[in-house]
Order: sequence, then structure tokens, then C-alpha cells
Amino acid sequence: MTPQAWTLARALRLAILSVGALVFLAPYVWMLSTAMKPREEIFSSSLTLIPERLAVVENFSKAFTRVPMLQLLMNGVIVCTIILVVQVLVALPCAYALAKLRFPGARTLIAAIMLGLLVPIHATALPIYVALSGAGVLNTYFALAAPFMISVFAIFLFLQFFRAMPDDLINAARLDGMSELGIVLRVIVPNAWPAITAFSIFSVVAHWNDLFWPQIVVTETAMAPPPLGLIFFRAAEAGDDYGALMAATVVVTVPLLAAFLLAQRRFIEGITLTGLKG
Amino acid sequence: MDSIALPAGGRAGTSNPAAAARRSEAFAGWRLAGPAVALLALLILLPTIAVVALSLTDFELGYDEIRFVGLDNYLELLDDRTFLISLGNTLTYTLIVTPLSVALGLGAALLIEADVRGRALFRTVYFLPVVSLLVAMATVWQYLLHPTIGPVNALLRLVGIAGPNWLGGSDTVLLSLAFIGVWQAVGFNMVLFLAGLTAIPRELYAAAEVDRAATAWDRFWLVTWPMLGPTTLFVVTISVINAVKVFETVSTITQGGPNRASEVLLWTIYQEGFVYLRVGYASAMTVVFLGILMVLMVLQYRALDQRVHYT
Repeated sequence: MTPQAWTLARALRLAILSVGALVFLAPYVWMLSTAMKPREEIFSSSLTLIPERLAVVENFSKAFTRVPMLQLLMNGVIVCTIILVVQVLVALPCAYALAKLRFPGARTLIAAIMLGLLVPIHATALPIYVALSGAGVLNTYFALAAPFMISVFAIFLFLQFFRAMPDDLINAARLDGMSELGIVLRVIVPNAWPAITAFSIFSVVAHWNDLFWPQIVVTETAMAPPPLGLIFFRAAEAGDDYGALMAATVVVTVPLLAAFLLAQRRFIEGITLTGLKG
Repeated sequence: MDSIALPAGGRAGTSNPAAAARRSEAFAGWRLAGPAVALLALLILLPTIAVVALSLTDFELGYDEIRFVGLDNYLELLDDRTFLISLGNTLTYTLIVTPLSVALGLGAALLIEADVRGRALFRTVYFLPVVSLLVAMATVWQYLLHPTIGPVNALLRLVGIAGPNWLGGSDTVLLSLAFIGVWQAVGFNMVLFLAGLTAIPRELYAAAEVDRAATAWDRFWLVTWPMLGPTTLFVVTISVINAVKVFETVSTITQGGPNRASEVLLWTIYQEGFVYLRVGYASAMTVVFLGILMVLMVLQYRALDQRVHYT
């Protein structure tokens, strides 16, 4: 192959990828641009990216006052934290027991977990909703977190990870007289950080972005996580004030995007884990 | 279990400590797995059984009466225009999004992998939509595709084309939603393909070059495509599963409209079950939905299985 052909191929590659990148970035660029534009410019010159008059303060102050934006972000953080902590606390010991201990019913349990992987939230939502509604706990953090307190996927993932862990480590701890729970806390957890990190990112991204379940159990703006809050915001705005709306989308999108840009490799690892889950 | 040298204690003593050790191990096992077992039963097993049971009743939230109606709900589904439209739309959406997001994901992965320049940058850019709040980005797309003030139609006007009302017209709405779906899914598929590509041994390409594949095109069909087979199968099934679950964009932008042109399965279930509170009927829809997903997921497991065997 001649050097010239190489340069042509290289240029072509860069050209195609760049055009694609423009399409992928366009929404972000316009989101930022529109969030800074005053109303009249949004309606008159949608192709100009730099606004003539900056309306940053105006738009963002609307985004923070029309809905309790800080409260929404807080709700998201609280719910994601509850879900993640419970998921990990429940899954770690279970996965350890399945990987390293012999007890009757372990095989059945593994089969149940594999079957559980096939059942999405959409299938169990109706009965769980009826139960939560009957208990009178709709519009609570508990209702938002309840169906996700068990993650069969977390158990499955940790199980794979623990199986590969050497038994010597655990036997040594047992000889030292550690209890099984002590082994989980002091031997397993410190060695399982890569799996725990990957799962955490997967879990937080999934639940921070989820709309389906919050839309079912929450009707009060004060309890809404960010995606649902955005829906309420749109309803309150009659969907016309695009400047404020874009400012609000910037506010709810930035936290995860910033985290992603800071820890890209881990994010990609964590999210592509869903490839195993579906 | 390995044979452990036991301290001298006579024959009678050896079996009892071993049995005791087994018992305590079993006890510890159940204690550690206990919370997970309880939650698994309560939050997955029981609700799944309940949704099947409810689908055989006329239960409506707010009414105390509950009557067993056999398969009536399922029979009603066969005549329910909204549900049938919803099934059809979900199928159309999936048939658009899957091939496009898989092909573009593969294309992006191949181009990115081909050279080092800009590799990290492009990977980041294409992956951005995957970590962005879909409800927020759907809102942005709604603005971009706005018939009068949207930049897309403004661009089209520059070249003299009158753009349609993308998300407001019943002919274009599903297409526009599918476009957003593709935009959102490409980066995810790309990353899966990138992982598949790096797993292909370099020697195969060298061998192919020596052999008969002179151009990159030949090498793709001789080495890359067959070696990527399991990955591709896997990406296709997961794309189908995700496309069937489309909900966020519909709920944010169109609410199934106009004229039910963007009515999709999860949206219809959501409306029936959680807005009109016809739990029994919505349960029947859910069972159908779950049936579709189960079939797809079994296919996916097969794909995954194959992938594992290859590597």
C-alpha cells in the first residue's frame, strides 16, 4: 500500500467520524446555546449559536424556581444511594455464600437468580404498585426504591467474580477464627472493589435516568427524581419557554455527564455490563 | 471438601465434628443468602406470579370487587385496536432502530479502531448519549425538530426544503422517535463492538494479508466479520430487547400521539394500568409483553453462550 493511499484513507476516516461526531454533539451544543438565549431570539434565529443578549441568569433562575430543582437533584441522589447501598449489602453476602459455601438449596437459588434476570421491572410493576398503593406509601422514597432493593444482576455479577477468587484467602481467614460475615466484610469486600465499582456505576446510571417507575409511584413534584421533575417542569411551562426548559435539561444532565468525563473507562466498563443483563 | 488432618480423637469423634462443620457451613450459607432470598421472593417471584394471576381477573384499582374472568382479557386484547396498533408500532420502531443502531455502531467501531488518531475523542463523543438523561435529551430533540423554531427545519429552509412537523405528524413521528433511539443506542453498540474487535488476534490479519486478502475490504470479510459473529449476534439481540422497551421518549414527547401513531407497548400498558387503573386488563398486556421479552432474552442467552465458547 502506498503512503498516499494511507493518507487518503486516514483523511476519509477522520472526515466520516467528524461528521458523525457533529450529529452526536449537535443536541448538546444547541442545549447549551438555547439555555443562554432570551425568548425572542429562540423564536427568531434558531441557527445562531451565540446569543446577542445573554439570558443565562434569567433562564437558569427559572429552572431553579419554577420547580424545586435542588430538591429534585437531592431526590435523585437519595434514591440512587438507597437503592445502591441496599443492593450491594444484600447481594454481596448472598453471592459469597453461593460461590464459597455449601448449603442445601444453593443450586435452586442460582437457578432462581438466572430466571430473575429475565424479569424486568415492567413485568412486576403492576402488583408492586397495587401493594404500595394499598399500604398508602406512594410518593415516598421507599416507594421509589422498593422494587430495586434486590438486584439479581448484582448477585450474578458478584458470583462470577467471587468464583474466581482463591480459596486460600478465605481458608486462612477461617483458620484465624473469623466468622463468615467477618470474612465477607474484611476479606471479600476489599478484594471485590472492581466488581463493586462497575456495578455501582451501572446501578446509578440506570436509576438516575429511570422514568418508568418514578412516573408510576410519584405524583408530587417535591418527591420526583430529576427525569420526572423535568416532565413536571414541562407541564408547568406549557412546553413553550424553551430557554428555561433547556436550562433545566442542562442542570439535570450535567452531573452524570461530568462524572462520565472524569472516569470514562470505568463508566464504559460499568455500563456495558448491562450487555450481560439486557 | 479437602481432607483435613484432624487431631487425634478416636474414630467415633471424626464424623461428628465433620458433620457439625457441614451444618454450621449450611447455616452460615443460609444466613448470608437469607435477605436476598426473601427479597427475591417478595419483589420478583411473587409479583410475577401475581401479574399472571391478575391477568385472569377484572380487577380495577379503587373497586373492591374482583372476579375471575378466565382468558377474557386476552380475548379482548385481540380486538383492542389501540393494543394492536401499539404492537405494530413497537414492531416498526424495533425494525428501524435495530439494524441502524447495529450497523452504525459497527461502522463507528471499525473506523475508530482503524487508526490511533482521535480514537479516544470519538469514542467519548459517540458514547455521550448513553450516559445522558434520556428525558432531557428527548426534550432537546423535540426543540431541534420543532416545525417552526427548530434548527433542523431552519437548516432545511436554507436549502429550500419545507421540513415536515417531525414529531407532530402521524407519518413522521415514529421515524423521528426511531432516529432519536438510534442516536441514543449507537454508542453502546459501538463499545460492545470495540471490545469484540480488540479480542481478534492480530496474527489473523497478518495471515490473511499473506494469504489472499489484499485490501481492507477483503480482510474485513475474511477475518473481522466471521470473528465478530458472536458479538454481532449478541449486539443485535440486546438492541432488539432495548428497542422493544421504548418508553422514555414517547412519554416525554408524544404521549402516544398524534392519533396513536406513536403508541408503543410500554406506553399502552402504563396508560391502562397506572392511569386508568384497569389492573387486570393491563396485567394481560404485561404478560404478553413479558412473553415477547422472554423469547428475545432466551435468544440473547444463546448468543452470549456462543460468545463465551468462541473466546
